[in-house]
Amino acid sequence: MTLAALFFYLFSAVLLAAGFMVISARNPVHSVLYLILAFFNAAALFVLLGAEFVAMILVIVYVGAVAVLFLFVVMMLDIDIAEMREGMLQYLPVGAAIGIVLLIELILVLGGWAVSPGAGSVLASPAPTDGLSNTEALGRVLYTDYIYVFQAAGMVLLVAMIGAIVLTLHHKPHVKRQSIGKQVARDPATAVENRNVKPGQGI
Amino acid sequence: MGPGTINTDILTALPEVLLAAGAMGLLLLGAFRPGNVVSTVNWGAAVLLAIAGLAVLTGTTGNVTAFSGAFIVDDFARLLKILALAGTVGALVLSVRFMQIEKIVRFEYSVLLVLAALGMMMMISANDLISLYMGLELQSLALYVVAAIDRNSTRASEAGLKYFVLGALSSGMLLYGCSLIYGFTGSTNFETIARALEGQGMQLGVLFGIVFLLAGLAFKVSAVPFHMWTPDVYEGAPTPVTAFFASAPKIAAMAMFVRVMYGAFPGMSEQWQQIVVFVAIASMGLGAFAAIGQTNIKRLMAYSSIGHMGFALVGLAAGTVGGVRGVIVYLMIYLAMTIGTFACIVSMRRRDGMVEDITDLAGLGRSRPMMALTMAILMFSLAGIPPLAGFFAKFYVFLAAIEAGLYPLAVLGVLASVVGCYYYLRIIKIMYFDEAGAEFEPMARELKLVLGVTAVFVVGFFAYPGPFVAAAGTAAAALF
Repeated sequence: MTLAALFFYLFSAVLLAAGFMVISARNPVHSVLYLILAFFNAAALFVLLGAEFVAMILVIVYVGAVAVLFLFVVMMLDIDIAEMREGMLQYLPVGAAIGIVLLIELILVLGGWAVSPGAGSVLASPAPTDGLSNTEALGRVLYTDYIYVFQAAGMVLLVAMIGAIVLTLHHKPHVKRQSIGKQVARDPATAVENRNVKPGQGI
Repeated sequence: MGPGTINTDILTALPEVLLAAGAMGLLLLGAFRPGNVVSTVNWGAAVLLAIAGLAVLTGTTGNVTAFSGAFIVDDFARLLKILALAGTVGALVLSVRFMQIEKIVRFEYSVLLVLAALGMMMMISANDLISLYMGLELQSLALYVVAAIDRNSTRASEAGLKYFVLGALSSGMLLYGCSLIYGFTGSTNFETIARALEGQGMQLGVLFGIVFLLAGLAFKVSAVPFHMWTPDVYEGAPTPVTAFFASAPKIAAMAMFVRVMYGAFPGMSEQWQQIVVFVAIASMGLGAFAAIGQTNIKRLMAYSSIGHMGFALVGLAAGTVGGVRGVIVYLMIYLAMTIGTFACIVSMRRRDGMVEDITDLAGLGRSRPMMALTMAILMFSLAGIPPLAGFFAKFYVFLAAIEAGLYPLAVLGVLASVVGCYYYLRIIKIMYFDEAGAEFEPMARELKLVLGVTAVFVVGFFAYPGPFVAAAGTAAAALF
């Protein structure tokens, strides 16, 4: 128990430090690397909670795909971070004041936090107790109870894809494109034309 | 859950399933069929929306939930879905010729409208915070893209980007509210939340969640103080797209607003009523005063729609069946007035292109008497002058507010509506009494049809209000 608590504090502390470094690092590439560190620590926290499926997904999806994508974008766009920082100092006092007010309010609210005694009985999908791994358990609720929102999420992604294509894909009319289908479908009958060229004249 | 239940679930959500499958079919048609398919896809989209409407009407009866309570179909959902679909079809009809003339011919446009309609229907039927968010996001994403569909125009791109950034922010607030509510009640299902809160009185944590949730919802109906995006987006987006923004999504968002409040938080109505009262008063006031100085008619319509959402919220604040009935009647009439007015605005075209200034309407009474007359009728109705429909819309919400004892709200609402009269009447004055400019191009046939139908509805409502009010009444009763 104490070992778990020790690791919890270790991972949480590193997570918070890494999160802070993401926004304060001078070099954007370092920011992304700290972000990856933050993801790893969050994944470790999930493992401590016994949610190994979510932990692995976090590593695979966020570290493996999203963060690497960020890294590419950051390197390709060559963002001038010093320029972006100029505004930050200017807005810092206002932003910090609002943040502190919100924080105090939230502490006031969460101070009154009490888990209602009946809350356990209304849980939609309680953690499985019959030796089911949590990948299976998630799969079961995802494809039965939550099939509707699962499909809805699919539709949202479809719209995002259509949107990206509609807004960015330009068909330039004067660009010559290779069409393998057309090339393969060519035969002498369509590709070769016989012309009767009269002597002394061109075509 | 066995195979039997999933079949009945799909049957319950048949209109949504049809729209989703149809949208994908149209997308494939547009992508793979060679040649110009835009008009085929447009027609297909209109037919698809009509079929979905038919499926809503002939489908389930009574009060049915599906997908483990995430989805609900009742009289309220059915009526509001029909309205949202009608608004989408209206906007589609307004767009077709405009898009051809402005050379924004893309088949994806109508597919996106269908997907937005799907999102709206999911919002209206949402009975769970997760399905609410999914529907909302589906609709919003489609709208962001549609706002920027004219990508060669910097104004439209700016509108799309602004809408996207602010919309994402509001979604964040909404989600934060949802997570607080989930944390304090242990469920995302509206009925379970209501049961968990029953007899508990005011809970500070849940109230915080409700405040954030309300902020997100108020953004979607463009109510003050979350209205800032509205004028810029309405002005920048292509006119038929603006017509769409002002009609169907407002109905869906308002329906969702009403269902969340009555479905999940009936026990805390005293708390959220205060917030809704404030938002309603602020929206009515801003809608009335800020529109006075506008010169662009699309911006004016933006402020007008902010004001109208304030009036509709008066009905919600009343917290009674009569109040919800008032909201529904208001939305019906608002839909007809908005689509009709935008049919006129889309027709504000001279030989050298679209014009959008209010002063461009000068002399319309002589050059196009029929268009000016119908526009004048719609303006009188928007101002709420009896015996036109707009008066009855306001009448039902104020009646509910007075019955609920919210006298200051009703009085302020009437005052705001008097101030609002000024700018609606100014348009009529410009059309009939100002020196005429160059003539507009003749109105397209389908626009005449839309304008005619809406004008007949607005004029004829006082003669046959019975069926509409009765339908709204049964729809409202389904929530209590």
